[in-house]
Amino acid sequence: MTGYSDVLDSKVPDGPIADKWTNHKFNMKLVNPSNKRKFEVIVVGTGLAGASAAATMGELGYKVKAFTFHDSPRRAHSIAAQGGINAAKNYQNDGDSVHRLFYDTVKGGDYRSREANVHRLAEVSVNIIDQAAAQGVPFAREYGGLLANRSFGGAQVSRTFYARGQTGQQLLLGAYSALMRQVNLGGVDLYNRQEMLELVVKDGQACGIVCRDVITGEISSHSAHAVVLATGGYGNVYYLSTNAMMCNTTATWRAHRKGAMFANPCYTQIHPTCIPSSDPFQSKLTLMSESLRNDGRIWVPDSFDESRAASDIPESDRDYYLERKYPAFGNLVPRDVASRNAKTVVDAGKGVGPLKNGVYLDFAEAIARDGEDTVRAKYGNLFDMYERITGENPYKQPMRIYPATHYTMGGLWVDYHLMTTVPGCYAIGEANFSDHGANRLGASALMQGLADGYFVLPYTIGDYLSTSLGHDPVGNDDPVFKDAIADVTDRTNRWLSINGTKSVDHYHRELGKLVWDYIGMERNKNGLEKAISEITSLEEEFHKNVRVLGSADTLNQSLEKAGRVSDFFELAKLKARDALVREESAGGHFREEHQTEEGEAKRDDENFAHVTAWDWNDEATPQTEHREQLTFENVALTQRSYK
Amino acid sequence: MHLTLKVWRQEPGQNGMFQTYEAPGISEDMSFLEMLDVVNERLIEEGTAPIVFESDCREGICGTCDLMIDGQAHGPEKATATCQLHMRKYNDGDHITIEPWRAASFPVIRDLAVDRSALDAIQEAGGYISAPTGSASDANLTPVPKDAADSAMDAAACIGCGACVAACPNSAAQLFTSAKVMHLNLLPQGQAERWKRTEAMVETMEEYFGSCTNHGECHEACPKEISLDFIALMNKDYVKSKIKNRKLSGQK
Ligand SMILES: Cc1cc2nc3c(=O)[nH]c(=O)nc-3n(C[C@H](O)[C@H](O)[C@H](O)COP(=O)(O)OP(=O)(O)OC[C@H]3O[C@@H](n4cnc5c(N)ncnc54)[C@H](O)[C@@H]3O)c2cc1C
Ligand code: SF4
Ligand code: FES
Repeated sequence: MTGYSDVLDSKVPDGPIADKWTNHKFNMKLVNPSNKRKFEVIVVGTGLAGASAAATMGELGYKVKAFTFHDSPRRAHSIAAQGGINAAKNYQNDGDSVHRLFYDTVKGGDYRSREANVHRLAEVSVNIIDQAAAQGVPFAREYGGLLANRSFGGAQVSRTFYARGQTGQQLLLGAYSALMRQVNLGGVDLYNRQEMLELVVKDGQACGIVCRDVITGEISSHSAHAVVLATGGYGNVYYLSTNAMMCNTTATWRAHRKGAMFANPCYTQIHPTCIPSSDPFQSKLTLMSESLRNDGRIWVPDSFDESRAASDIPESDRDYYLERKYPAFGNLVPRDVASRNAKTVVDAGKGVGPLKNGVYLDFAEAIARDGEDTVRAKYGNLFDMYERITGENPYKQPMRIYPATHYTMGGLWVDYHLMTTVPGCYAIGEANFSDHGANRLGASALMQGLADGYFVLPYTIGDYLSTSLGHDPVGNDDPVFKDAIADVTDRTNRWLSINGTKSVDHYHRELGKLVWDYIGMERNKNGLEKAISEITSLEEEFHKNVRVLGSADTLNQSLEKAGRVSDFFELAKLKARDALVREESAGGHFREEHQTEEGEAKRDDENFAHVTAWDWNDEATPQTEHREQLTFENVALTQRSYK
Repeated sequence: MHLTLKVWRQEPGQNGMFQTYEAPGISEDMSFLEMLDVVNERLIEEGTAPIVFESDCREGICGTCDLMIDGQAHGPEKATATCQLHMRKYNDGDHITIEPWRAASFPVIRDLAVDRSALDAIQEAGGYISAPTGSASDANLTPVPKDAADSAMDAAACIGCGACVAACPNSAAQLFTSAKVMHLNLLPQGQAERWKRTEAMVETMEEYFGSCTNHGECHEACPKEISLDFIALMNKDYVKSKIKNRKLSGQK
């Protein structure tokens, strides 16, 4: 195994885990304030991670250029997060601590994350809450005016901070306001409606990007001393997911093709409580908050050809399968366990609803016990949202739910500094692979994005920048930029010249089906091999037969999507290969061949306690596999059990 | 169901006009935007450029979707953004007219997509609390009365969609601006910059948008039901800010 790991240097500092970050901050090279303005930094993406990083680096005095394809930073996908954000404040005095949050995150990630990064995340989590509160994020409060908490995602302590059901929105508005303040002060230049289509690398170091203005079609290049990618996750490779429609992998994939290794693409989180799809033209899936499982009971009919309405099915003909199989945790088992069990019963033909593609989440008992008003006070807006989408009233009949793709733990490989394997190119937020291992805990993505952006990257980047003091960024007239612009222009025009018969969405939908069927909640060797060959032939057809109308010099949404779907095809193949080589089950990755007798996930710590990172070769040669060995010195590895 | 759509089509730099499209085979479970996706897919098959409209989250939170449906911003359902509108609100045979937001400060980019960057300009003028990263003290050192936090949250729920401007006969942006101003002005953390913020944001708003004459259409159209009270509070703060800020300059 050693042959794999030597190329990846995680740069984890020495010393006891609790001192690593403090010592590291002291040991890093500093850039003196008057020199900071000599450094230009590009930040691509202005969601939680990107907006917080750009604002903070602007405050520090760096010359920051921030790019987003949205019309405003406030529209980034982060806006949709509902539930909350974790922090080890221990305001509830219930035994929480930095160490406990660290421990829970490593365990929740099924022991596939890097201990040192996770510990740092837990340490800075407390600063995030202070920062956000100071910016005016209207977190929920107790009557005395202090911050309120709730417990989330099965955690045994109450450490989740929230702002009604709109936590992501409020945190993003906070980061966006800090960013706009810097724009106003001249610390950050903001480039809206610019889609990054290429990372530019010279002599092995990142030196800029190429963008297309989505309104005018103009293709331009931008140079800098360093490039930070904060472009979110790749969940839309499944076509249907809870992600916003425009989420895509293009920025990270282009960086991958320029040498940034892609880590653990097989790790995807499938969220158990989403509204099932209702017709073939379903465009996305809607998440119903996990908190519903606190009071709702999940069941399916016993019989395969059940045609009665839910309320007419007597208790004796119902299977409360989670309560039956996991008496200790019942309906509150972790996300991956709840999702997989729903799939099992639906695949067995016991699904409910017109398409038989869901399971019931039933509030009848809670309503009988606590009264409709109490249930309305807790979940009223979720019930309304459900009714708006399905036309069914969940006070009268059970909700129908089914799992959907929600979050991607894999992403660009980064070291402790959050730098990718291309020097000068960083990845933060959902775009990197770093802190969640094989499974992310609820309310931890917001925490990680803001930790990276406010408190980690702005320091670690100085260590790299200080080495290029006195060097101007590579000029925009350098051949590397001219070549990159020519490449992007060619690629853009190619889509318009194919003139096939089927829309981009058609291919995206077909790709999504393959990825869901073969690289979804359960994977096996046969299926994965089939996935690779079927994705490859669909991809060939896509390149020959896609129809993109219109021109390149104007707002052209099909053209934008064509490039994104093309990159999803390449990612999907790598995802399948990654799932194929990971001969174990861990977190969001369940290999049918590797399960316990009771059908639970079976890890193989001896052979797979590592990160798989893939190195791009060329179009004709599949990526090369590398490994970063994970060592666990502070958390003992155990098998998860929820019986 | 079978619908007939009258859709505004406009090329950049040219005058726009309505085009009529038939939309057969629409399921009532589809969202309004999925219905348009289906129409677009057919247009592409026929070789016609698809209708440009914007959306992203399709969950009513990002504020990207923005259609004028039969003369109503975000369509007929109250407190609902376009993306959350579903076809079961319609009947077989209905005719539906779809236009972009109409406001001088929201120029049409193409078809149904408009440029709403004037809203960002208002935010940039003062929609923040100056709290550089690292400067914050422990969050519980500043208790925030629950009522203040709740009211601030009511204002902060604004999704920045611009329906209020589109619905207003004067294309005024008072509802949006007041939501942004009052979110921060209601909180203890927002007091230090309260008067400067209010003056800067209101005056930037006036550079771009029309004047409010209390029609209240904005509130009717608002998907988040932002309260008109915030406009009253902002107006009060604006008058005060003129006095407070003058005093400050006198001290110089
Ligand atoms: C429905 C839902 C609910 C969630 N709830 C929670 C929760 O309660 N708690 C929690 O912790 N997490 C939650 N998550 C997860 C969390 O919201 C995300 O993981 C996180 O917000 C990602 O932030 P980000 O800054 O990394 O990326 P994003 O917010 O996705 O931002 C990406 C940015 O990159 C830009 N971009 C992308 N590609 C390009 C390109 N090529 N060129 C230019 N710009 C580009 C976009 O414009 C955008 O600004 C939820 C996720 C979903 C889908
Ligand atoms: S006030 Fe309402 S209508 Fe206006 S931008 Fe905000 S959410 Fe949209
Ligand atoms: S698409 Fe986000 S609010 Fe409608």
